[in-house]
Amino acid sequence: MSPRERLREGATRIPSGCAIAGIMDRTGRRHDGDDILKSIALMHDRSNGLGGGFAAYGIYPEYAELYAFHIMYESKEARTETEAYLDAHFMCEKQERIPTENVRGIQDPPDIWRYFAAPHPVKLNMSGLDEAEYTMQHVFRINASIDGAFVASSGKNMGAFKGVGYPEDIGEFYRIRDYDAWLWTAHGRFPTNTPGWWGGAHPFTLLNWSIVHNGEISSYDANRRYVEQYGYDCALMTDTEVITYLFDLLVRRHGFSQEMAAHIMCAPAWDVIDKMEPERAAFETALRCVYSSALVNGPMSVILGSDEGMLALNDRLKLRALMAGEKGSMVYLASEQAAIEIVCPDVENVRSIDGGVPFVVQLDEVAARKARKADESPSDPVASCVPPARVTVACNEKREV
Amino acid sequence: MLDYLLPRYKVLRDNDQCVQCGVCERSCANEVHRVDEELGRVTADHKKCVNCQRCVVMCPTQALAITRWPQVGNGSNNWTLQAMQDIAKQAQTGAVLLSSMGNPQHYPIYWDHLLLNASQVTNPSIDPLREPMETRVFLGSRPEALKVNEGARTAAAPLPPQIKLDVPIMFSAMSFGSVSLNAQKSLAMAAEELGTYFNTGEGGLHKDLERYGDHAVVQVASGRFGVDVRYLNAGAMIEIKIGQGAKPGIGGHLPGEKINEEVSQTRMIPQGTDAISPAPHHDIYSIEDLRQLIYSLKEATRYAKPVAVKIAAVHNAAAIASGMARAGADVIVVDGFRGGTGAAPARIRDNVGIPLELALAAVDQRLRDEGIRSRVSLVAAGSIRSSADVVRAVALGADAVYCASAALIALGCHQCQDCASGKCNWGIATQRPELTRRLNPEIGAERVVNLVRAWNHEIQEMMGGMGINAIDSLRGNRLMLRGVGLNEKELEILGVKHAGE
Amino acid sequence: MKRIYAIEQWCIDCKRCEVACKTFHSHSKDTVKAFTVEYPEPQNRVRVEGGLQLSVAVNCRHCADPKCVEGCISGAMTKNPVTGVVTSNPEKCVGCRTCVGMCPFGCVRIEDAVEKGVAYKCDLCGDGLGQPGEPSCVAACPNRALIYVESEGC
Repeated sequence: MSPRERLREGATRIPSGCAIAGIMDRTGRRHDGDDILKSIALMHDRSNGLGGGFAAYGIYPEYAELYAFHIMYESKEARTETEAYLDAHFMCEKQERIPTENVRGIQDPPDIWRYFAAPHPVKLNMSGLDEAEYTMQHVFRINASIDGAFVASSGKNMGAFKGVGYPEDIGEFYRIRDYDAWLWTAHGRFPTNTPGWWGGAHPFTLLNWSIVHNGEISSYDANRRYVEQYGYDCALMTDTEVITYLFDLLVRRHGFSQEMAAHIMCAPAWDVIDKMEPERAAFETALRCVYSSALVNGPMSVILGSDEGMLALNDRLKLRALMAGEKGSMVYLASEQAAIEIVCPDVENVRSIDGGVPFVVQLDEVAARKARKADESPSDPVASCVPPARVTVACNEKREV
Repeated sequence: MLDYLLPRYKVLRDNDQCVQCGVCERSCANEVHRVDEELGRVTADHKKCVNCQRCVVMCPTQALAITRWPQVGNGSNNWTLQAMQDIAKQAQTGAVLLSSMGNPQHYPIYWDHLLLNASQVTNPSIDPLREPMETRVFLGSRPEALKVNEGARTAAAPLPPQIKLDVPIMFSAMSFGSVSLNAQKSLAMAAEELGTYFNTGEGGLHKDLERYGDHAVVQVASGRFGVDVRYLNAGAMIEIKIGQGAKPGIGGHLPGEKINEEVSQTRMIPQGTDAISPAPHHDIYSIEDLRQLIYSLKEATRYAKPVAVKIAAVHNAAAIASGMARAGADVIVVDGFRGGTGAAPARIRDNVGIPLELALAAVDQRLRDEGIRSRVSLVAAGSIRSSADVVRAVALGADAVYCASAALIALGCHQCQDCASGKCNWGIATQRPELTRRLNPEIGAERVVNLVRAWNHEIQEMMGGMGINAIDSLRGNRLMLRGVGLNEKELEILGVKHAGE
Repeated sequence: MKRIYAIEQWCIDCKRCEVACKTFHSHSKDTVKAFTVEYPEPQNRVRVEGGLQLSVAVNCRHCADPKCVEGCISGAMTKNPVTGVVTSNPEKCVGCRTCVGMCPFGCVRIEDAVEKGVAYKCDLCGDGLGQPGEPSCVAACPNRALIYVESEGC
């Protein structure tokens, strides 16, 4: 039976365990993929060779204003069809095959291309959508309707490199050491029954979002049916996909900060809310009422990558391991502490992420911008308390460094 | 005219056990039992027995059991004994057949074809004894997105009115008149204790129950009995009853003999007159009229209370519910055809409407297809028999459930289907003082509280097994359900996979 | 001290209390035997007065200052100084019926016996008699028309 005939992500729901890691330089300085590769490789046993991948931010500075589509093709026809589709809706500045290396253990890779493109201005205008929504809908359409084509990533100045294999082999395959990024995230997958499909590997991405996730959320179908009301098509049936859509809905469409989106997804328990000051309790109650179906339940540890930085989140009960550490401007996250220490032996301030409390790492530049904005509107005490260039823990009262 | 009707039940008395204490005789308002001094034993008039089982429970020596009347039919699957008995009764009386409680016929009970999931290996089950396990639910309408001031941690605009349920179970509408004040009081006390709500039905709010107003859903139905502005403002939520699962499409009729002084005052109608609720609301002949009533009620209560609209589960329930949401209903209640009633024409009860499970699944899906499910709350009613049914209903898409039959059974009801006679031996569906006295609300409330607490524990156990610690994550989570013995179409409508898939 | 109180509002005239009392005061503690084979027939001490429309279970009040004790000529009727429970000792009772006449509640009766009829009355069974639980009439009441609660002035 060929892999294509077996049930893939999207045809069935596949529970997975995983390893995740993230490395970020808050100054925005870029580093090659060597460290993230070492970090995820150390957690080899948390994967089973059926999926691995990386997301990298800041890798295409020369095309920073264009959407970088990483697209995997299983056939020539798929590529022809997709490129025709892209031509119809986008203006492509550049397209090329993503350079890869032959690696033992990586078999039958698809044909992987990247395109740097901007939405077709007339079509964008006619659609009545903003640029991001326009792009997102076309990505959905390619993934859903062009057989054998899968958009692995679609953000600006970022990309996902993923496939079937152990993450360290995938990294070698994509030559990720050749890329420089200020934020790297990585994922090693332990699916229970998937044949392994390149499109189904993680990170999952949408526009500038990328998500790596370890766990199996038990609220999946409640979350899926919630976001599907708003046009998100959960085609892959994975946790990562639905969590990404929740972030996109809450942040891009509803205007929440990433921290607040994470706070909604891991809302405080009612008995905690009941002890709050009435005004605060009313606020939390309103959030839980309106967004009750966005509550994410069950074991999860997530690293969300975006153009602001990274955000780590554990489920409310802390059912999954996730460690953080830092050294200078570098911040490290990993499922296991050893995976941090292997790349930064003198890492400081190592601790585990609290359950249900978003752990936010922002680019200095982003933090400073938010602080300035807060200074202009002093009624925003949370943002004004955020010290620039600091790892901040939002949504609970402690602000750790 | 000779009555051709056969008795339905036979009283079995174990004469070795019977001590002729007379408890059964004094317990039966139908006058079935008689201690016959001459014969030196207790006799039974079987024909009068309705199988309410009061005597069976009360007998100090377990000397009693009720059985079916042993008469056999002719073996025909077509002309069953029941079918012939119905004809005999109508030939005798020329009347519409009346019965009570929900649809008892052999239609599929989909709850019994839906199995629940539990976590194994890939994610852990959660121990409700160790971790918080949240069953709190709010009902009301919500905006699609909440506008907030993140810095100040305040909402930019207040949420529309919501009611808070500590358990996802409310008590459905049963009016004072159809049930006794003690029955209603039992539910009111239980609702207060449990942090949930009872429903006044279309019978007004008795002055003794005004103190439970914060836990009352005040119903406005087609007869508008007991409705004034004070009544509307006395409750926590208002419910417009369009239809009832047990008798879709028809109204209600409370006979004059049940309208005693108390009932008359509470319903605001003269004593001894029949209380007739018309089949439709005569000010609602279409959806735009419903909108007017909803907003009239909101105006009358200064937009401080959610307004629910209850419909019977009928063929087009999904589209109707969608229209209700757009007409301004904050809470949509879907009442399935196994839901109970104090009195309904048997032919309507047995043949009109559709199962709750299918209606609920269809309504939830339709609201989602239209992107408005998160703007309204959805309550499922109509024969929720156990905590597992509650879990199934929530997983299909309900925010909460209404249950009445189960609560009545906790109070003593044995579903004898004879509510309409007004001779309820359990003191529930009667206004006779010597019978209503049998239901001490203190005991009643305790039993209902026990039941709902037990259910809630079970719900928490089941949620924990699924790896879920808040009922929010169970709502609409149909992957937690699998069908057994259902065909493709049924699975499609229910939106669940078959077991093994 | 706990005492039995009758709540007429909730009395439904079923007389299960009477059955339970009779059973408790039988030798066999078996309802069927108590009603059918035991001789002399055990007697229930609680009685439901009234009818379906209005009824109440009448029972010894174990008065603070019991008239029955005051009137007893043989020293059979005594009030326990510790528990306050009033009981009659059949060995000492001479069947003079003074107690029956003096009880303001009609709660003392005389057995129909072959030799001498002696007084019998509620002995506040259950933990009042040093046995576990509520008195048997209270336990048998389906509607809490009989309650067993702390009382002042006994």
